Amino acid sequence: MKNFMMLFHSEPNPDFNPTPDQIQDEVKAWQDWMEGIGAQGKLKNPGEALGFEGKTIHADGTITDGPYAEVKEIVGGFIIVSAESIEEATQLGNGCPALSNGGKVEVRDIMVFDEM
Amino acid sequence: MDDEQLSEIFKSEYSNLIAVLSNYYGLTDLQLAEDIVSDTFLKAMKSWSHKGIPKFPKAWLRKVAQNLLNEHYRRKKIYDEKITPEIRAKNHQINFIEITDKIIEDSQLQMIFVLCDPDLNRESQLCLALRILCGFSIEEIARALLSNKETVNKKIYRAKKIIKERDQIEMNLTSDQYISRLDNVLRVIYLLFNEGYYSSVDEENIRYEICWEAMRLSLFLSEQKKFPKQKIYALIALMCFHASRIDARTSGENGDLLYQEQDKRKWNSALIQKGMKYLKLSAAGDIVSKYHLEAAIAYWHTRDNDGKWNNILQLYNKLLTIEYSPIIAMNRTYALAQTNSIVEAIQEALKLELKNNPHYFCLLAELYRMNNNIEKEIEYLNVAIEFANKKNEKELIKHRLEKANRLKT
Repeated sequence: MKNFMMLFHSEPNPDFNPTPDQIQDEVKAWQDWMEGIGAQGKLKNPGEALGFEGKTIHADGTITDGPYAEVKEIVGGFIIVSAESIEEATQLGNGCPALSNGGKVEVRDIMVFDEM
Repeated sequence: MDDEQLSEIFKSEYSNLIAVLSNYYGLTDLQLAEDIVSDTFLKAMKSWSHKGIPKFPKAWLRKVAQNLLNEHYRRKKIYDEKITPEIRAKNHQINFIEITDKIIEDSQLQMIFVLCDPDLNRESQLCLALRILCGFSIEEIARALLSNKETVNKKIYRAKKIIKERDQIEMNLTSDQYISRLDNVLRVIYLLFNEGYYSSVDEENIRYEICWEAMRLSLFLSEQKKFPKQKIYALIALMCFHASRIDARTSGENGDLLYQEQDKRKWNSALIQKGMKYLKLSAAGDIVSKYHLEAAIAYWHTRDNDGKWNNILQLYNKLLTIEYSPIIAMNRTYALAQTNSIVEAIQEALKLELKNNPHYFCLLAELYRMNNNIEKEIEYLNVAIEFANKKNEKELIKHRLEKANRLKT
């Protein structure tokens, strides 16, 4: 089994004003999906959700506000799953609520180095 | 935790948090309080999606709102310079706010009394109360009032402006002020209830919720100590009696069923009992308000014994002397038809001449139906349908027309 990181990309919308029902639907969708992975014993780490605040440091030393000054999408959160292959890990990404909101899921393998 | 609860928590905490936050910032900053609560909800959505629902969701929301408020306070030096010394003195405590149940209760009470403002027009008042006091989303309000989001937003914006423009917003109402404003608060609650009860929205959930919210607010008021309770009890009784018929009322296939068409077995007896309890409580003391009379009328409508209509007629007569309204006069003629004679009722009804009111023409049609005058019944139903502007009203009248036409042939 190898570990993979799933990164959730979405369009930033800090002004979104969810209704109680929308919040409920969103929380439930994510929980159902994550529990589905957990039930298979493949949720290695529930990761973190990222907020809307951010700064970006550029090579020339300038600092810009927000992670999304120049990008259309931001990383909204990540989890770590374990799977036999990247194909299987990608399979686990099916049904991720980020997708139904027009976002993307990026699946990356986590490199393992043998300890010296 | 089930889904219902989660949505419920966000609804109730919306109004709780707004009340507390604006209490600390001064009510002129309603917008700021709303922004902080929106941010809190957004944070909750992200975090709970990922980490699961916390063990104490309300405490979580309160803590986060509190932190956001404190953060805002730290950042906004300009704000600090603008505010009056009194509020600044109050603001010193901001870093130590603990949002407790007691603070929430006091703030809620104050919020109700400030937001129920006699200067607001009916629609703006409804929108504002539904948003801030009941925690409905703009979208839900638009659906409930058959309006759109832009219009609702505009109405709320204007309502807030009116409240903001009051330079002197009493943060601490005296007990005299509480008493003198109570009537207006009750009027708004009654308005809310009626909006839910008679709304022509197809979605029953929203209608129920508005009715329950109106009842929740009045129950909340009935637990306070700052003013006499009789009128509040009477209003609660009135709402209980009406609410007991909601299921029966909405069970028709062609829109809402009228009282005489409802299946009495569908009336909710627990609510009727509750109504009777509050009606009794309201009778302590010598106040007879319109809520008392309307509650008593509603009570008799739940009964089925002799003398029922005579009692109702007497109560309508009294109600008309307290507050004349053509609608009450119209309802009175129906009671008249049940007690005295249909011919007399028709004569009285014709005197009212409520032009443009579909209910008036429906009543005339009904009276003629009772008098076996199908020609006239059909004539008035046709007039009624012209003035009916709600979809389910039109449906209902159409249905009655079909029935009458069938009987005629």
